Amino acid sequence: MTETRTDATLTRTGRRGSRGPVNRDEVLLEIKDLRVTFQRRGGPATAAVDGVSFSVKPGEIVGVVGESGSGKSVTSMAVMGLLPQRGSKVTGEVLYRGENLLTMGQRQLADLRGSELAMVFQDPMSSLNPVIPVGLQVTEVLRRHQDISREDARVEAEDLLRRCGIPDPRRRLSEYPHQLSGGMRQRALIAIALACKPALLICDEPTTALDVTIQAQVLELLKELVNDLGTAMVMITHDLGVVAGLCDSVNVMYAGRIVEAAGRRELFAHPRHRYTEGLLNSIPRLDAPRGEPLQPIPGTPRDTIAWSKACAFAPRCLHADDECVVGDLPLVQLGRVNHPVRCVHPAPEEEPHG
Amino acid sequence: MTALDPAQSARPASLSALMGDGMSDEQGTSLWRGAFERLSRNPAAIIGTLIVLAFVLVAIFAPLLAPYEPAKSQWIDQVTPSDVPGPSPGHPLGLDPFGSDLLTQLIYGARQSLIIGVVSTAIGLLGGALLGGVAGAFGGRVDTFVMRLVDIMLSIPSLLLAVSVAAVMGPRPGAIMIAIAAAQVPVFARLLRGSMLAQRGQDYVLASFSLGLRRRTVVMSHVVPNSLGPVIVQATLTLATAIIEVAALSYLGLGASDPAIAEWGRMLVKAQDRLQTDPQLMLLPGLCIAVTALGFTLFGEALREALDPKSRR
Amino acid sequence: MLRFAVRRILLMVPVLFGLSVLLFAWLRALPGDPARALLGEKATPASIAQVNATYGFDQPLLQQYLTYTGRLLHGDFGSSPRTGEPVLGTFLDRFPATVELAVAAMIFAITVGIPVGYFAAKRAGGLLDTIAVSGSLLGVVVPVFVLAYLLKIVFAIGLPGQVFGFSLADLAFLPSSGRQDPRIDATHVTNFYVLDGLLTREWDAAWDALIHLILPAIALGSIPLAIIVRMTRASVIDVLNEDYVRTAAAKGLAPSLITRRHVLRNAMLPVVTVIGLQTGALLSGAVLTESVFAFNGIGSYLFDAISGLDFAVLQGFILFIALVYALVNLVVDLLYGVIDPRLRTK
Repeated sequence: MTETRTDATLTRTGRRGSRGPVNRDEVLLEIKDLRVTFQRRGGPATAAVDGVSFSVKPGEIVGVVGESGSGKSVTSMAVMGLLPQRGSKVTGEVLYRGENLLTMGQRQLADLRGSELAMVFQDPMSSLNPVIPVGLQVTEVLRRHQDISREDARVEAEDLLRRCGIPDPRRRLSEYPHQLSGGMRQRALIAIALACKPALLICDEPTTALDVTIQAQVLELLKELVNDLGTAMVMITHDLGVVAGLCDSVNVMYAGRIVEAAGRRELFAHPRHRYTEGLLNSIPRLDAPRGEPLQPIPGTPRDTIAWSKACAFAPRCLHADDECVVGDLPLVQLGRVNHPVRCVHPAPEEEPHG
Repeated sequence: MTALDPAQSARPASLSALMGDGMSDEQGTSLWRGAFERLSRNPAAIIGTLIVLAFVLVAIFAPLLAPYEPAKSQWIDQVTPSDVPGPSPGHPLGLDPFGSDLLTQLIYGARQSLIIGVVSTAIGLLGGALLGGVAGAFGGRVDTFVMRLVDIMLSIPSLLLAVSVAAVMGPRPGAIMIAIAAAQVPVFARLLRGSMLAQRGQDYVLASFSLGLRRRTVVMSHVVPNSLGPVIVQATLTLATAIIEVAALSYLGLGASDPAIAEWGRMLVKAQDRLQTDPQLMLLPGLCIAVTALGFTLFGEALREALDPKSRR
Repeated sequence: MLRFAVRRILLMVPVLFGLSVLLFAWLRALPGDPARALLGEKATPASIAQVNATYGFDQPLLQQYLTYTGRLLHGDFGSSPRTGEPVLGTFLDRFPATVELAVAAMIFAITVGIPVGYFAAKRAGGLLDTIAVSGSLLGVVVPVFVLAYLLKIVFAIGLPGQVFGFSLADLAFLPSSGRQDPRIDATHVTNFYVLDGLLTREWDAAWDALIHLILPAIALGSIPLAIIVRMTRASVIDVLNEDYVRTAAAKGLAPSLITRRHVLRNAMLPVVTVIGLQTGALLSGAVLTESVFAFNGIGSYLFDAISGLDFAVLQGFILFIALVYALVNLVVDLLYGVIDPRLRTK
């Protein structure tokens, strides 16, 4: 990544004090060379995330796109410090306002979680505790991070649910998760995540488990809330459609590494990596010529090769040849500004897409 | 899972060489083969299997292994009310209170335990399969009626159920097996019905029906194999319970009626008066029961874990 | 919640009805004619005729069943031919002893089992986990009365010999049998001896009754303990992997609050069920344990009844146990409704 970084320190009170225009030059979250390896007892260590770097500026919406197994969810869990302590090894740096979350004490990290850093998970069905009223699950985060009375927390929670588009919030507070629909539960989870007005919200496929009709509503809600609060967001998804409507910049991941990163417009207009190109060719586009068939990417994410030996995408790539058998391909700028690509045979720059 | 049609043809040789075989396609392993592989990697399973194997071998080859004939009371003159002779060159573990060789009795006891365990579990399984199968197959009112009956049987603790059946049967050979089996019937019935019903709603079963497969084909190729796993697991665990329950019934005076047959439970009972002077009389058969039950339990648990789709991979 | 409770209670009726039919059938299936079965060896033609008349065993089957059930409903369970005492009376006299023992065993099993299972799950694969898992296996495979005898000989009677300079006989500091030292002149109000001692402020009596409970309770509680440890462990491991625990961690909640509110509450659901199911096993296990420790509860009463082939007692006992078992499971189900809102509102 070749972002220009200025000093990344901004005091917490400074941000809290005024929610005015965010300073776009600051860096809120910076991930440097993050590696996560899982070790099963008796088995070999597998790298789920293999040297990922990207950064998020205040108020920015950054997309991380990839198929399941590409390491995008593990990245988010590593940032939040939610990976199991045993069996996983995390190296690299995750700097939040200049402080490394990976080396931070558990208590200190817990102070940040829920207040500064928040997360919305993929499956709203299982992410809410089934035996506790929804209200308590909202108020407990408020009471954890704010000096607030039980009654005030309840009022605040009601307001939160209302703003998240849940009808009749007062009644919902005393209901249990199973009494809510999937969309409502995801809204409740969003309310919990945004309860303390975090500076960074990580969404891990927040719409995947929802009905298509609800998906758009939830995305719209997220966009609106994040905008209002000035919260930066990392949107993790396998759906390029989500990225197109939401993100400022996009990182495309494959087999644990970022293979291409660019601004949203830039990426959609000039995809350079053959994987990104394949992804775009495999979804329908309104501006494509009529009758042109969709081209799926052959194979599955399991058809891979260790990055140390060759390009991991090569086994599925239509353009792969012997040159692709190069260990540890670098992520490099190829002509265009702020658009690094990890590819031996990138799509030609001038070729207009579609 | 899909073959790489376009890419495969174009894939450069150097890449294919790197990838090796089988990498591009997920290898499906069958349930049982996978289970076997997981079992062979689980130390608890190996210990359990070894115990079970040793127990079965000892039971089968008891006449070859035992130094003497069982239950002959040849050395009854050496037993006094206050003392039972301990280990001696002729009797590695000493005598039992009836003047028989203790080691011989223990070895023949394995045989008796195996017979009672296997027969009673088989009867219990058969009865349970019948009830559960009828309930699962007919459904509706039959199902309700049968399952209520099972509920009632389950509302009596299993040992009491066995006791009352043994009481009805009176002291006749096989009574103890039927008594233990009776206590297992409701457990197997509920298990079988439950897994049959669960199977019926499974998507792959519905899919098979929608493909127009005959009912019998679907039942035999999907429902039965998939409900078999839990039943085998339960049967293994039940064998352990049966072996322990025999001891309990013997203790209650409802055990095997023929005193000439060596049986661990009765050996325990006869040892209680001599607990202070000759604790080995209770410890050794107790150990035999515990180790055998442990073997079946370990094996059953490991099997359950190995067959559980959640613990796969 | 009320509707849930009422429905659950109504569900008990068919089970109890079926049970009475089953027991009646059992009585008829006993060897010989039912009157002789009830009266045992000492039956005389006169007493057989009398039983036949009271139970109507010479009438049509349906009529017999109705008479039989009618008597049961009136609390008439017949009398023991061995002792001549009414089954119900003896039963009620001795029931408190067994309840006391069963409660002590359950308290032992729960207070030890749940923490051990929880901490074993927290560090699955660790040392404590290995010990807990192997220990719970042992608890299941060792026959109850063997364990009872072992405890009795080590901690009550005393083994000969020395280990590391310690005399093994010194371990035997607990009473070996009975419910209370007969030399203690205790007042018995409720027949729960520990409770009596506390109520009458006879602290010595309460303490003595308590130490008499220790060994039988440990022996009897060994199986529920093993099962509770395993269930808690499995359940906590499952819950720790649940998404909502991750959500709770993402909120930055304190670990103790996550444990209390999010892990334990959910993990206890299956454990509560198992505790209920174990009550039945506990009551039948009491038969074995009580006779080892000469503990005068219904267990040892039943032990004598079985040895004496006293079917009237056996039958009354089974009915009672089933009733208690059904009631305990009712309580468990209601408790389940309290913990799990999904059951309440369905």
